[in-house]
Amino acid sequence: MNLQAVKAIYIYEMSRFFRTLMQSFISPVISTSLYFVVFGTAIASRIQEVEGVSYGAFIVPGLIMLSVMTQATSNASFGIYFPKFIGTIYELLSAPISFFEVVLGYVGAAATKAFIIGAIILATAFLFVDLEIQYPLAMLAFLVMTCLSFSLLGFIIGIWAQNFEQLQLIPLIVITPLVFLGGSFYSVSMLPPIWQTITLFNPVVYLISGFRWSFFGHADVSLGMSLGAIGVFTLACMGIIWWIFKTGYRIRQ
Amino acid sequence: MAILNVQNVTKTYDSGFQALKGVSLDIEEGEILALLGPNGAGKTTLISTICGITSMSDGAITVGGHDIQSDYRAARSLIGLVPQEISLEPFETVENTVRFSRGLFGKSPNPELIDQILDQLSLLDKKKSRIMTLSGGMKRRVLIAKALSHEPRVLFLDEPTAGVDVELRKDMWETVAQLKADGVTIILTTHYIEEAEAIADRIGVINQGQILLVEDKDKLMQRLGEKQLIVELAEPAAVIPPALKKYNLSLNDAGTQLTYSYDTKGERTGITTLLNDLQAAGLSMSDLNTQQSSLEDIFVGMVKETV
Repeated sequence: MNLQAVKAIYIYEMSRFFRTLMQSFISPVISTSLYFVVFGTAIASRIQEVEGVSYGAFIVPGLIMLSVMTQATSNASFGIYFPKFIGTIYELLSAPISFFEVVLGYVGAAATKAFIIGAIILATAFLFVDLEIQYPLAMLAFLVMTCLSFSLLGFIIGIWAQNFEQLQLIPLIVITPLVFLGGSFYSVSMLPPIWQTITLFNPVVYLISGFRWSFFGHADVSLGMSLGAIGVFTLACMGIIWWIFKTGYRIRQ
Repeated sequence: MAILNVQNVTKTYDSGFQALKGVSLDIEEGEILALLGPNGAGKTTLISTICGITSMSDGAITVGGHDIQSDYRAARSLIGLVPQEISLEPFETVENTVRFSRGLFGKSPNPELIDQILDQLSLLDKKKSRIMTLSGGMKRRVLIAKALSHEPRVLFLDEPTAGVDVELRKDMWETVAQLKADGVTIILTTHYIEEAEAIADRIGVINQGQILLVEDKDKLMQRLGEKQLIVELAEPAAVIPPALKKYNLSLNDAGTQLTYSYDTKGERTGITTLLNDLQAAGLSMSDLNTQQSSLEDIFVGMVKETV
C-alpha cells in the first residue's frame, strides 16, 4: 500500500480548500442563515411543530444534509476533474499507485471538506434554534457515511465529465431535486399517501431520515432501511469506480 | 542487462488508428537515447505506454526487470516523466507541486533533496512562487523537478525544448548532461536534430509507429553519412565534360564549383579516379574540400523512404 501517495493527494487537495478558506466557510454559513430566515422564520410562523419538534430545529438535519451532499459531490468531482482538465492526470497514471489509493486520497479529502462544512452549518444552526442531539455518535456516523458516499458519487461524475457543464449537470438536475424532495424541509408523513409511496423511491429520503433520527429520535423510515440504503449506495459507487479503473474509462486510452 | 526492454509493442486506439506497430527497443543503463520522428510518428504514444498513461494492445515492457503491468509499482517507481505539454496546477507553489510528485511515488518527504533539485534547475529562489507567475522556460524546469523528485533511474523527456529559446535550450542540454553524469538513463524525443546530435549517445528513428533504426550516434553518422567532395575550379567551366557524366557531378551557376557525392561506407569512394578524370578532361583545380551530411539529411532521407 502506497500510503505516502494517499497522504500526498489528501494534503494537496486539502491545501486547495484552505487556500480558499474564506469562500469555503462564508458560503455555507450565509446560505444556511438564509435558509433559516426563509424556512425557519417565515414558514415556522405557519408550521409550529413537526413530529413534536419546532420547525426551525426540524429542518436542521435536512439543511446539513443538503449542504454536505452537494459539497461532497462538487468537491470530489472537481478534485479529479481538474487534473484531467489541466493535464496533470498524467502524474496519477504514471505513479506507482493503485486505483484504491487514488480514490482514498481524493474521496478522503472531499469527504473531509464536506464534513467540516457540515460541522460549520451545525454550529451556525445553534445560533438560530434550540437544538439537542439525542444520539451524537450516530449523528457523526451518518454524517461521515454521507460525506464518503457522496464523495464517491462526485468522483464518478468527475471522471465521467468532459467539460465544466457536465460537471455541474448531475448535481443540478439530480442531487438538488432529490435532496429537496427527500424530506429536507418536511416530514414524509405530511405528504398525501400516493406521494409518500413515490417518495420512498428517493434514496435521499433514507439518508435524511436516519440523520434526523439521530437528532430527534424520530424517523420517517426504519433505521435499518436508512443504514441499508447508505450501504447499497456506497457499494454501488465503489463498484462503478472499480469498473472505471479496470477499463480506464475516460482516463486511460 | 538493459534497464528498459520493449518487446513487440503494438497500440491500436479505439478509433482503429494503429499508433505503434510492433516496436522493440532496448535501453542500456546510463545512456541517452534520442528518439527522432515527425509529428504523429508514435513517439509520445511509445513513452505514454511505457509510463502507464496509455495501455498497450500487445507486447511486453520491463523497466529494471519489472513488468510494467504485473509489477507496475516497482516498474513505475524507477521512471520519471517530463511530458510534452506544460501541465501544472497554476495556483500551487513550486515547492508544493514538486513535493506532491515525490509523495505520489511513495517517497517520504525530503525538503533538502527538493531544495537541491530546485537549485540544480535554478528554481530555488522561486520555490514559494505560484506556478502561474513563472515564465514558460521555468515551468518546463518545474516539470523536470517534479520528474526528478522521486530520484528515478530512467527519465523520459518528451520534447523538452519545444518552444524554448536557444539559450534555455543550451541550459537544458547542460541539465541533461548533468543527469547523465549522475547515472540517470535518459530517453528524449525531439524534433530538433541538432539536439539529438548534441546530447545523445544513441539515436532512434521512429515513423508511422515503427522503429526504423536505433544506432550509436557516431556509427550512424559514419554508416549512413553521405559526403560531398567540392572541387573548386581554377577556370570556370560552361558545362560538365561528357567524360565525367558517370560521376553525377553538379556544377554551380558560376561554373566554378563541382560537387561530387559519395558514400563513406562504400568500398570505393571513386575520388581517386574522379580526380584523374578531371585532370584528363583538362580541368584544373584550385581547392578541394569535403562536407559530411548532417543528421537532419539522414533523418529526412529515412522518413521519406518510409512514406
